[in-house]
Amino acid sequence: MEETKQKFDVDSAAILVKDLRRTFNSGKTKSYDWRISQLESISKMIEEKERDIFKALKEDLAKPEFEAFAAEISMTKSSCKLALQELKQWMMPKKVETSMTTYPSSAEIVSEPLGVVLVISTWNYPFLLSLDPVIGAIAAGNAVVLKPSEIAPATSSLLAKLLGQYADKSAIRVVEGAVPETSALLEQKWDKIFFTGGARVGRIVMAAAAKHLTPVTLELGGKCPAVVDPNVDLEVAARRIVAGKWVANNGQACIGVDYVITTKEFAPKLIDALRSVLEEFFGKDPMKSKDRARIINSFHFKRLVNLMDDNKVFDKIVVGGGRDESKLQIAPTILLDVPEDSSIMQEEIFGPLLPIMTVEKVEDSFDMINAKPKALAAYLFSDDEQIKTKFVQNVSAGGMVINDTILHVTVSTLPFGGVGESGMGSYHGEYSFDCFSHKKSVLYRSFAGESPTRYPPYTPQKQKQLKAFMSGDIFNIVLALLGWVEKDRERAQARSGNKGKNVKDDGLTPEQRRERDAKALQEKAAKKAAQAASGGNNAGGGGKDSKNKK
Amino acid sequence: MEGSIAELRETFTSGRTKSVEWRKKQLKALLDLINENEDKIFHALHQDLGKHPAESYRDEIGVIQKSVDFTLSCLDKWVAPNKENCLLFFFPAKGEVLSEPLGVVLIFSSWNFPISLALDPLIGAISAGNTAVLKPSELSPACMSFLSETVPLYLDNKAIKIIGGGADVGQRLLELKWDKIFFTGSPRVGSLVMTAAAKHLTPVTLELGGKCPVIVDNFSSPSKSKAAAKRIVGGKWGPCTGQACIAIDYLLVEEKSASNLIESLKKTIKRFYGENLKDLKNLSRIVNKHHFERISNFLKDPQVAASIVYGGSVNEEKLIIEPTILLDPPLDSDIMTEEIFGPLLPIITLKNIEESIEFINSKPKPLVIYAFTENETFKKRILSETSSGTVTFNDVMMQFICDALPFGGVGQSGYGRYHGKYSFDTFSHEKAVFHGAFFPEIEPRYPPWNDFKLLFLKLAYRLDYFGLILHMLGLKRP
Repeated sequence: MEETKQKFDVDSAAILVKDLRRTFNSGKTKSYDWRISQLESISKMIEEKERDIFKALKEDLAKPEFEAFAAEISMTKSSCKLALQELKQWMMPKKVETSMTTYPSSAEIVSEPLGVVLVISTWNYPFLLSLDPVIGAIAAGNAVVLKPSEIAPATSSLLAKLLGQYADKSAIRVVEGAVPETSALLEQKWDKIFFTGGARVGRIVMAAAAKHLTPVTLELGGKCPAVVDPNVDLEVAARRIVAGKWVANNGQACIGVDYVITTKEFAPKLIDALRSVLEEFFGKDPMKSKDRARIINSFHFKRLVNLMDDNKVFDKIVVGGGRDESKLQIAPTILLDVPEDSSIMQEEIFGPLLPIMTVEKVEDSFDMINAKPKALAAYLFSDDEQIKTKFVQNVSAGGMVINDTILHVTVSTLPFGGVGESGMGSYHGEYSFDCFSHKKSVLYRSFAGESPTRYPPYTPQKQKQLKAFMSGDIFNIVLALLGWVEKDRERAQARSGNKGKNVKDDGLTPEQRRERDAKALQEKAAKKAAQAASGGNNAGGGGKDSKNKK
Repeated sequence: MEGSIAELRETFTSGRTKSVEWRKKQLKALLDLINENEDKIFHALHQDLGKHPAESYRDEIGVIQKSVDFTLSCLDKWVAPNKENCLLFFFPAKGEVLSEPLGVVLIFSSWNFPISLALDPLIGAISAGNTAVLKPSELSPACMSFLSETVPLYLDNKAIKIIGGGADVGQRLLELKWDKIFFTGSPRVGSLVMTAAAKHLTPVTLELGGKCPVIVDNFSSPSKSKAAAKRIVGGKWGPCTGQACIAIDYLLVEEKSASNLIESLKKTIKRFYGENLKDLKNLSRIVNKHHFERISNFLKDPQVAASIVYGGSVNEEKLIIEPTILLDPPLDSDIMTEEIFGPLLPIITLKNIEESIEFINSKPKPLVIYAFTENETFKKRILSETSSGTVTFNDVMMQFICDALPFGGVGQSGYGRYHGKYSFDTFSHEKAVFHGAFFPEIEPRYPPWNDFKLLFLKLAYRLDYFGLILHMLGLKRP
């Protein structure tokens, strides 16, 4: 009892890491059996404690059971199941082909655990986003510390309690707490830090990791756009947008739709469609619906209300706008054409507010998206193949979905992760395993196949043979060994004979090429002049060097 | 400088560097650069490090030629999206992983292989379709000026820039926002680079070094021990006279085999590099006075000096240090706690060669572990009980030119990897793309929730398609 009350500070963090490192060094966590037993027991834990998990998620976020099941419990379960199914395959060394250059040899890539890793998770999907990375860390054979978010306290303490019961305490631990506890953890040396959260804290985590050269995976967020082309099946598109906004934890999701872009004429139709879908899903008075999560806490409630009540945007509300502080609930709210420089378009919304921005034609949306930091996800609804291709090629985001929202996270063969402001590194499925593994390259050579070419004393003959070996071209190697190296020289000459052609192929415009050539000429002349002035600078340098060599 | 970066960003935004044609043209131009300036490169490397042309070819020019050839032959395959299967549940949806360039990237290269460690990452950056700044090391000035003079003549200089200069220039570059930083160098600077990158959430690849051990087991035949000695001598003093991140740092051998091994190493050294300090050949020199002092200081510790069994002489004027072998220097001396990065080879003797695992594990994770052994069980133990960027059995350095193997460290030796396809991946973002269809529409995805929908979902997640059909037909009992 005394112990639990004790403050978790830098010293306790150091002791914790030392304990886990001892376990890791014992080699226990590396074994296939250990990994399987832990994954099985987590799987069992989810099965047996489903009710408790529902309860905690209800307490923290009023998450509807259905959503809790679909987005958290079953996602975590299938993650576990996949790892159990595939682990043997994942752990298998991957043979790779070696070239002539290193013949005779064989090579493989071995996955080894990184060591003792830290997972810092967040509050919006407090169960899934805690356990999913932990499953990856265990599958890869690491010892792991999980720090759940204090902003979802019920889930945090449930995780601490359950993992304590179901997982191997000598290798898998939960540290609960807020900023001081996290800081104490970040001061330790980890072999990997996996962080889910906001970009601001992401920077702090990475800077702390830099001190120990610890690799990091940062799963951040961003303003995820959804572009709607007027040629789509309006009703289906509207349902899927609503699903990707208000059904996704009431907009509090890193891959939730943040804003919509569509054409000027189409906007009113889209708004009508969204309005009727909202009514179908959440009833006439959405504030009374039990099928929508609430806002996490009053801090975020106030933040969201401020975004709505901003003078620049208040009159742009076309649907919703209701709020109830006592229930921490905000009605599904749609805003039309808010100013680009308003906070709601500058910050990640992370809540049930949906600005709709309009453009002349759909293609104009690409520039609008690219003008902002790269998002974690980007969505497009369109029936036009050309637009789809352009969108995929010209818009950069962690992941994208065409004609739906959010579903890419359910595909375990797709890597999930951000780019730019939305983070770095990826996970899910085998990517989770890779995320917590070091890919060790292994080269097996035999004592045969010894070639004197590699070693000094160096002779011109050796140098030519070496060229052939490095090219990995068996024909060249035979020629070189036979001493027919002149062929090599001829080829080189033939290549430089083609120079005129190659120069034209350098990707420069004629102007650039002229500029380049002029510059080269100038430089040549300058060099000559310099040489004349110093009595042959180059020759002097060379002379000194050849002395050096002796 | 800011202007140059803005230009690179503009070029990237124009989309020019994304086209595969552009990438190929640049790579071919890079090959021309190497082929047409071979003599200049030899000269610059000789000036900076006293490298013999054969060594320069093996470790620098050849590496780049091979790397460009390989990249050109594979690029079409690499840029093609990878199709992934989605759950039948979402039929006819399909998923794919698409590699897209990260944007404007920064490459810091180091002085020991000033051509290959500069251009090899650049090949990766170009092949992935990025614009790039390369900041070569100022400690190899001839190569730095070769690169800054020659690269603009061959490559698209609105997309690829060489920015020369010292630490102050590096500092200023680090203050800017990059989409990727690729750094080759020391852990100390690596940590600074990462701290700076954190401000902009820039991903980094750190190619660092470490004390790379070689384990030498007993051999079944003299020809094998001779081959091992050759490879060890080639792998210690061959690459830039030990100034290489993957060069052998120290050697582990059983007590009873040490003297034979030392004899055979000595013989090989003499054959390869000559007898005494005055007649040394085929060896690079120490890069500069600072490093010369750092390395010779290792030998100033009297206990370390007493452990010298071969070599030990130095020529400060010419920056040459003789190939030196030390037998059992104190384990707490600097030479055994710091990365040597020079032509000194401490040999540590063990009662039993299997103790080497524990020995290696007591130090930070190295970039490579080399092991000469015929014992398969021991090989397995080394693989599973130690950690390093790479393990190479029965040879030295060869992993560096194996395109199919990722090259990179772990722990103190860095993170991230490159070479071959891995170079392309290092400078790419793997974008997940999910192509949905408007039909069929799965109603149970949407509220208002009810038990029917919940059961549907449970079956779907269990991939129980038969159960799903029954459920849809109303035949399934919850």
